[in-house]
Amino acid sequence: MTTQRTHIMVCGGTGCVSSQSLDIVDKFKSELMTAGYGEEVAVIKTGCFGFCGQGPIVKIHPDNIFYVQVGLSDVWEIVNEHIIKGRVVERLLYREPETDKVLPKHDEMRFYKKQYRIALRNCGLINPEDINEYIAFSGYEALGQAISKSTPEKVIETVKASGLRGRGGGGFSTGLKWELTRKSIADQKYIICNADEGDPGAFMDRSILEGDPHSILEAMAIAGYAIGASEGIIYIRAEYPLAIKRLQVAMAQAQEYGLLGKQIFGSNFSFDIKIKLGAGAFVCGEETALIHSVEGNRGEPTKKPPYPSVEGYNGKPTSVNNVETLANIAPILLKGSDWFSSIGTEKSKGTKVFALAGKVNNVGLVEVPMGTTLREIIYDIGGGIVGGKKFKAVQTGGPSGGVITVADLDTPIDYESLRNIGSMMGSGGMIVMDEDDCMVNIAKFYLEFTQDESCGKCTPCRLGTKRMFEILDRITKGEGTMDDISKLRTLGKSVKESALCGLGQTAPNPILSTLNYFYDEYLAHINDKHCPAGACKALIKYSIIEENCIGCTACARVCPVNCISGAPKQKHIIDQSKCIACGACYTACKFQAVMKP
Amino acid sequence: MSVKSLEELKKIREDHIKKVKLRESGESEDQTIEILVGMATCGIAAGSREVMNELMTQITENGIDHIKVVQVGCMGYCHSEPTVQVNMPGHEPTIYGNVDKAFVADILNKHIKNGEILDDHVLIKTYHSAL
Repeated sequence: MTTQRTHIMVCGGTGCVSSQSLDIVDKFKSELMTAGYGEEVAVIKTGCFGFCGQGPIVKIHPDNIFYVQVGLSDVWEIVNEHIIKGRVVERLLYREPETDKVLPKHDEMRFYKKQYRIALRNCGLINPEDINEYIAFSGYEALGQAISKSTPEKVIETVKASGLRGRGGGGFSTGLKWELTRKSIADQKYIICNADEGDPGAFMDRSILEGDPHSILEAMAIAGYAIGASEGIIYIRAEYPLAIKRLQVAMAQAQEYGLLGKQIFGSNFSFDIKIKLGAGAFVCGEETALIHSVEGNRGEPTKKPPYPSVEGYNGKPTSVNNVETLANIAPILLKGSDWFSSIGTEKSKGTKVFALAGKVNNVGLVEVPMGTTLREIIYDIGGGIVGGKKFKAVQTGGPSGGVITVADLDTPIDYESLRNIGSMMGSGGMIVMDEDDCMVNIAKFYLEFTQDESCGKCTPCRLGTKRMFEILDRITKGEGTMDDISKLRTLGKSVKESALCGLGQTAPNPILSTLNYFYDEYLAHINDKHCPAGACKALIKYSIIEENCIGCTACARVCPVNCISGAPKQKHIIDQSKCIACGACYTACKFQAVMKP
Repeated sequence: MSVKSLEELKKIREDHIKKVKLRESGESEDQTIEILVGMATCGIAAGSREVMNELMTQITENGIDHIKVVQVGCMGYCHSEPTVQVNMPGHEPTIYGNVDKAFVADILNKHIKNGEILDDHVLIKTYHSAL
């Protein structure tokens, strides 16, 4: 057998898969076969590399060359040039937008430079459907050591000392949660992995499950050992078919190796995992609602206490842990709590994965140490704002969070600091907004989401979110009054204080936070009937500046509702009563004659 | 197959680390020995592909760490292909010409292991612009 000299790693995350990356894998294999290199070059489908904005990504080892935006038609050239002749295909390399420099290796890119990957350690490095590759990179060793050389108490002690806190948003100490669940006396206990990722724009849990499913299985088994549970459940939304498939493959492999099942590592500890598919309701990310959904009941939250650690699934003590939290467990046990607690800030240890999206140049998944500033994430890693526009705000924490303005960009991120500036960590969605985004509209977007996702059990959330949405809708249509602002404030405050669960309690945050930082935008909508960002369609009035119009008819030709009139070489006019504010004329005009409000 | 102890897990790891090692050496730049094999048309015609595969086989069999074998384009010594350049951290790069399968073992055992420069095949001993 000849040893493989080159590994071609092709991203098999959902983002790249939707850009034909699976076909690229097949094409690589067939091209290599045809060229007679099938034996010495391996093609590996990996998890997400994180640089989703540049996908599909193909990385060549050991040269460490990082190709971006690879299409099916590029495969032949990579094989023929790089694999056969050793020449790097320059046109497929990443070009840094700021400097226009070509960067062949990922560690030279600003996107990767400040990242520190713990939870995403194996994403892009291993084939997620091969347990042997996971084991090759120290997989299942933490479980083996815990069972054969440690005790449940010591495992809990290590996790507690590491300072790891729940990555789903709550920020509760993971070690403490395990300890409380362990202390509850019962004949059966459960460990549930919360993979009901629901924040709009967040996809870190999906990427971990797709790219490194064994790390979650291993951590669940460790958690089971620590709290004294023999059964684990992964609650995952059915919209994640690829993650579910890879979990199933991983579970079958782990069972075959005896790493799940009876008498793991020859001990008396038995642990099995089953998957429960959720229908994708946002509220089911809340642990009590999640537990009800797993039991087959309606996904509605119940009052705490009793906490799940005392009375959870089937009335038994249950520890519910988020995917990203679990992904940190094996490295903590292998490298020690001191190592983990040396990373991050005083109260928030380790790293956090953020899904960086919106008007930022480098869209993707980034993992940074706690305490990194927003400026570093947006400008260094994210490469700044698209088109050199002006930064306005960044939204964190999804529908439960708030906006952060330029004044707070240098805040080191951790659970407490984000809360202090009126936002929250949430699960790690980070949406960057520029001068073209209207803050009232953003608040409306999130309220539309929460009022839709409200389960309807408690009145404050069921009615409150709906009323707040209606008020915001009025304001964006230019029909708001100053009275609406005080209504929003009162309603927001009472929903916050009286809603049953986290969904309702945090639902007013997007409004309260935008009211706080962008009060003038609300005023402009109400008093001047004007949207400063030009995003609220009802308030947009496009008009033609007579001096600039040369009568080229370009605008009239693209208008979908034919509301622009004027003969060639004559000034044109927009009929405001018919205009739908689509903006096509604004884009079509080459003479800056169409004025955007 | 069932893993019943840490030792058995370790065995699986050792069996498979060889296969994935080149990804790790690709990631960590410092302290890695680089062997560059000229794989342009001239090199391939003279047998550089066989040389490269032989290098990989022997490195895997002998379990040599911190080393990566990278194929490169033409180095300009087409008269002496196959060419192999050895970059050891802290040393000047050396280029060998007319490398064949038999000489591969000498490169690994004498040059890499003992730091011996093998004069018979040296094309160029010191120059400052490593690839």
